[in-house]
Amino acid sequence: MSDILISCENLSLSFPNHQVLSDLSFQLHRGDFLGVIGENGVGKTTLVRLILKQLRPSGGHIRLAPGLKIGYVPQFRNIDVEYPLSIRDFIGLSFTGLKLPWLSGKEKNRVNEVMKSVGLTEIADRPLGLASGGEKQKAYLAQALINHPDLLILDESTASLDPSTKKELLDVVLRLNNQLGLTILFVSHDMQLIREYPKHYLWLQKDHYETGKIQDLPEGAEEGLYV
Amino acid sequence: MFSFEFMQNAYLAGTLIAIVSGIMGVFVIARNMPFMTHSLSEIGFAGAAFGIFVGWTPLNGMLTFTTISSILVGKLSGRVQSRREAVISAISGFFIGLGILFLSLSNKNSSYATNILFGSVIGISRQDVLQMVILSVIVLLILLVIFRNLKDDSFDPVGAQTNHVHSATISIIFLIILAFSVSVAAQIVGSLLIFVLLTLPAASAKYFTHTVIKMMGLGIGFALFGVWFGLYLGYVTNWPVTFFIATIEAAIYALSLGYNYLRSQTE
Repeated sequence: MSDILISCENLSLSFPNHQVLSDLSFQLHRGDFLGVIGENGVGKTTLVRLILKQLRPSGGHIRLAPGLKIGYVPQFRNIDVEYPLSIRDFIGLSFTGLKLPWLSGKEKNRVNEVMKSVGLTEIADRPLGLASGGEKQKAYLAQALINHPDLLILDESTASLDPSTKKELLDVVLRLNNQLGLTILFVSHDMQLIREYPKHYLWLQKDHYETGKIQDLPEGAEEGLYV
Repeated sequence: MFSFEFMQNAYLAGTLIAIVSGIMGVFVIARNMPFMTHSLSEIGFAGAAFGIFVGWTPLNGMLTFTTISSILVGKLSGRVQSRREAVISAISGFFIGLGILFLSLSNKNSSYATNILFGSVIGISRQDVLQMVILSVIVLLILLVIFRNLKDDSFDPVGAQTNHVHSATISIIFLIILAFSVSVAAQIVGSLLIFVLLTLPAASAKYFTHTVIKMMGLGIGFALFGVWFGLYLGYVTNWPVTFFIATIEAAIYALSLGYNYLRSQTE
């Protein structure tokens, strides 16, 4: 697979009464940790949905490296306190396809492996409904890793967590990025996290965007997001 | 008790129903479909009335009505959760209306209708059992093929969107095998109370065990206990079997809720 996982050229998307993305061009390289920031409504989630092919661009191109495998941690999930599956069983849900109902030995080993890599081994058999917010996010992360993705997309995955849990989760993500070379696309509102973890940024704004190395992210970016 | 052929048939049928219900129930609960199941039971009654009217067996009438209405519900509600309940109300209302019409047109005495609604142990012939075996095997085989995708779509619909499980197709297939299961289960507990077996055992099981396959095992256990014990009590007392089965399953559910409450207090 080539070194460029995602390549966008003049990418645009407009809904019937408003333009969400216009003329967006950027490349995502293997091993990168890209932070995507921007106010609500500028198209962060839209960009994610274009990458996942749930939406089609209305202009320009988005090219994914052939055979690119994506692990996706969505923004919302409705897991209530009575959700019955254990963390282990929940993670195994992502082994889909027309195969036997029960997981093979190899698949079970993979579940154990990803639980270990995100630090869930000790509570593997606890019902997910009774897990804390941070534990749930780790389980979602582990599930997204199950099929050996090349790219991991986190869409506001830390939004509901307290500051120390946020850092704990992102430390895991950073370790995956450093040790396994897993490419990360991290969508967030949290400027503190954005300055601390990613290598590059993509700042979506109304009608334009900026991208560059994270240390070059302008000082004023915070105000831009919160006004 | 087993010297009577009707009791043998009832136990054979009841065992099949318990197995199918215990397994299907886990998905019914995960997909939050008890209302759909309840409606399918009533639609099953209407289908049976239609069957009698046109001279089919009640079971074939049920299969026809429940399958058609399942497909309609699936097509009309799509992925819109909030619309689903209203669509189910509309479709079940229409089909039940038809059922009442056919029942009045067919001039059968009302005991026939009560048998369908409340179930009848005596009514089950060897041929009924055979047809139920075939239907149950079809349901279980389809489940075997789509199991993993159905499991992902039921227990994690948000995550399943990116796992290529073909959610829309899975939903329709599930509704069709649910229609089959309802028609099978109606043979013994009656169409009014099928949802008892298709929802309560699985709803109880989830408080005790936390993997899909174990919940199915325990669900089957709860359903079997209710059906076997209910048939026995019905035989001994001559009271309706349906009453016993519904009471046993409701009691199991109440105990499960109590167990869950106590556990949450001690944690």
